[in-house]
Amino acid sequence: MQIREQIVRIFVEVARDQEKPLRPLKDDLILLDSGLDSLCFAIIIARLEDELGRDPFSESDVAHFPSSFGEFVTLYQSGGV
Amino acid sequence: MAEIDLVVADRDIQAPGGFDVQNISLNLPGPLAAPPPARVQPTEWVMFTSGTTGAPKLVVHTLAGLTGAIRASQPPPPPVVWGTFYDIRRYGGLQILLRALLGGASLAVTDSEESVGAFLTRLGNVGVTHLTGTPSHWRRALMSPQLSEIRPSYVRLSGEIADQAVLDRLAGAFPEAKIGHAFASTEAGVGFEVTDGLEGFPKAFLDRTGGPVDLRLVDGVLQIRSDRTAKRYLGETTEPLINPEGFVDTDDQVDVRGDRCYFTGRRNGLINIGGLKIHPEEVEAVINRHPDVDISRVFARKSPITGAIVAAEVVLISTFKPQSASRLQEIRIEILSLCRAALGPAGTPATVHIIDALPLTAGGKLERRRA
Repeated sequence: MQIREQIVRIFVEVARDQEKPLRPLKDDLILLDSGLDSLCFAIIIARLEDELGRDPFSESDVAHFPSSFGEFVTLYQSGGV
Repeated sequence: MAEIDLVVADRDIQAPGGFDVQNISLNLPGPLAAPPPARVQPTEWVMFTSGTTGAPKLVVHTLAGLTGAIRASQPPPPPVVWGTFYDIRRYGGLQILLRALLGGASLAVTDSEESVGAFLTRLGNVGVTHLTGTPSHWRRALMSPQLSEIRPSYVRLSGEIADQAVLDRLAGAFPEAKIGHAFASTEAGVGFEVTDGLEGFPKAFLDRTGGPVDLRLVDGVLQIRSDRTAKRYLGETTEPLINPEGFVDTDDQVDVRGDRCYFTGRRNGLINIGGLKIHPEEVEAVINRHPDVDISRVFARKSPITGAIVAAEVVLISTFKPQSASRLQEIRIEILSLCRAALGPAGTPATVHIIDALPLTAGGKLERRRA
């Protein structure tokens, strides 16, 4: 649950920094429809790596990129920190 | 004549009497000289180099150079439907437009307003067979639920370093497709294509002679000689595009490990963010304008989404006394605002770390780091 809160906070921070409108972060929200662009996701993943010490997008055993916000959170929850 | 006040003519005329009309006569200096004979020369195509935060350069191509890689490759069997994430006004997209035109195939293009999902759905509806984009385009497509709506037989990446992760994920998404990553740039043209599913390129490419493209490494930087390179820069430039031996310097650094060559980034630390190139020194100059900043260092940080992002380390002036952690956070936000106003979103650091000191080289220069 703590990881989810961190992820939500960083999504909100990056949307504010990049001046993008952010849709409500529900599990079934499609990431590409969230209002954020590729650069925003790149920043989110970098900041999460700074905070969690881990970038699951670069881990070679992750075959698929998440497409929904719920899948994004699950990716960070799986494997643990 | 009721509404006429003035008559201008190239010879003396006399208005009919009884009207209040002003006459002005001009004397032309004899018959016009024949126009100079038209100078006939092949059409030249002028293209912007890929976007940078520095002054963009204009390079000159010929049609023969632009289509050199197309004629050299086997025409794909019909029916072919090309699709591209690129802007067809830039080099990468123009290559695909010319391929489609010369091969008599259809081409589906997108515009900046169309969402990735909507474009993929449209590509699925038109039965796209050959789809091209940068690794960053493809990573974004890999995040889309609509990716399953297309079944291309040929997938191509170019314009940025294609890493093993994006190649593997595309192979997983399209197990029956041929997946190729190409080295191409606006200046150097289409260099080569790699289709073995592995990142980098075979070292044997460096030893090929007699083909359409010669490659060599000079101080670890790739140089390309071929008929497909641009011919020259347009306008005032300090350096020629092609060196005396006919090679174009790509500024791309290559490490040779075993029998494979791997791209490791740009010389001079130029940061490539989804094809947009950022000069670290320019970002540093903007950060250093902040009154509390002493010195900063900007560098590329690897990103699984855009290839690279801009990262910054900042040292505050020695007299700065942070009243609170929130003041440090304010400074970070002020730095980001300065950068966004001066450099746009891509030039704005993704991360800003405030640190105590930055290492200098023996010569007193800021020590650069590589991603």
